[in-house]
Amino acid sequence: MAKTLTQEFVKGLWEEIPPFRLVLGLCPTLAVTKSVENGIGMGIATTFVLVCANTLVSLLRNVIPAKVRIACFIVIIATFVTVVELLMQAFAYPLFLALGIFIPLIVVNCIVLGRSEAFAFKRSVVPSIADGLGIGIGFTLALGSLGAVREFLGNGTILGIDVTGASFEPFAFMLEAPGAFIGLGLMLCVMNFIGKK
Amino acid sequence: MRDMMKMVIVLTVLASFSGGLLASIRNGTKERIEVAQLNFVKGPAIKEIMVGSSNDPVVDRFKMAIGETEMDFFIGKFDGKANTVALEAFGKGYGGDVGVMVAINVENGIIHGVSVTTHAETPGMGAKAKEDPSFVSQFKGKSIDSPIKVTNDGGTINIISGSTITSRAVANATTDAAKVYLENKDQILEKIKTF
Repeated sequence: MAKTLTQEFVKGLWEEIPPFRLVLGLCPTLAVTKSVENGIGMGIATTFVLVCANTLVSLLRNVIPAKVRIACFIVIIATFVTVVELLMQAFAYPLFLALGIFIPLIVVNCIVLGRSEAFAFKRSVVPSIADGLGIGIGFTLALGSLGAVREFLGNGTILGIDVTGASFEPFAFMLEAPGAFIGLGLMLCVMNFIGKK
Repeated sequence: MRDMMKMVIVLTVLASFSGGLLASIRNGTKERIEVAQLNFVKGPAIKEIMVGSSNDPVVDRFKMAIGETEMDFFIGKFDGKANTVALEAFGKGYGGDVGVMVAINVENGIIHGVSVTTHAETPGMGAKAKEDPSFVSQFKGKSIDSPIKVTNDGGTINIISGSTITSRAVANATTDAAKVYLENKDQILEKIKTF
């Protein structure tokens, strides 16, 4: 219980980094990480939804009856996801083109619902924001790094900048679905290897 | 009973609040979204196929109701005359709808150019329809009087290797655009005269 705010925040970055430690939210993780930019964009969108949903759920935790809490969470999350989608179309259209159908899928991302249920519904506002921010940034880092691995191997670039030179023949399959699974497997392997030490 | 009332009230209030919030944000961003679509998707496609026009086809546009939907028409001026009109149509691709911008010369009914706008085709395969100009350039100079087909269907358009569905989607969308144009030719020509 006696976790400080910093601890709540930091745990999302390593200890409970969503796709790698909790192995949650794999659908967007696998689908959008074709490049670093897409991964980070998706991560930021999810972070925004997480923080907003956590805040609102935490504020309303004494008002929402326990029996309909899941329905309430979904309404809150879906609202913020739609807000993100509209704002992204209005202000970052190229990113919207790249992320396309995966934005609405944030609604069913179990990380967001999971944090509302497991954390925000039981805790006060400030720790909930810290938790949402930590998990969200962890998710962003995870997507960004997986995107970096796939973009590097699959296209020979990082953030669109050519880093390997012309002699490098990219593994195009790393940008396809199998490459996503292989990339994720490699990342999990590295994470566990470092974690065991 | 009280519990029940509370549940209903909480959910109703929450749902109506989020409905209101979304409606206001939608209204606030609507115009920006249209501008963004025009700038990032349709604009470059139109400029690509209308290259060399003396006006800006993205600025010289009008809206017209076709059936139940409202469509945008873009006008290109060549040799000092507004003689080319571009419209967007959609074909069923491998990963969803493929949007195709088709420019038609109204004087002789010949396709001035074709360009892919929005799509969700496989990178390196169907996505070449947008990236590789040698595919869409085949449509240039074709007559709109007969349907445009790929070679597999007895037409003249060579498919992108390995992407028959995408290639067919672009051909179908082009044919559809031509159909919309031919069916509404009189009104379109009437509108063009004002530019």
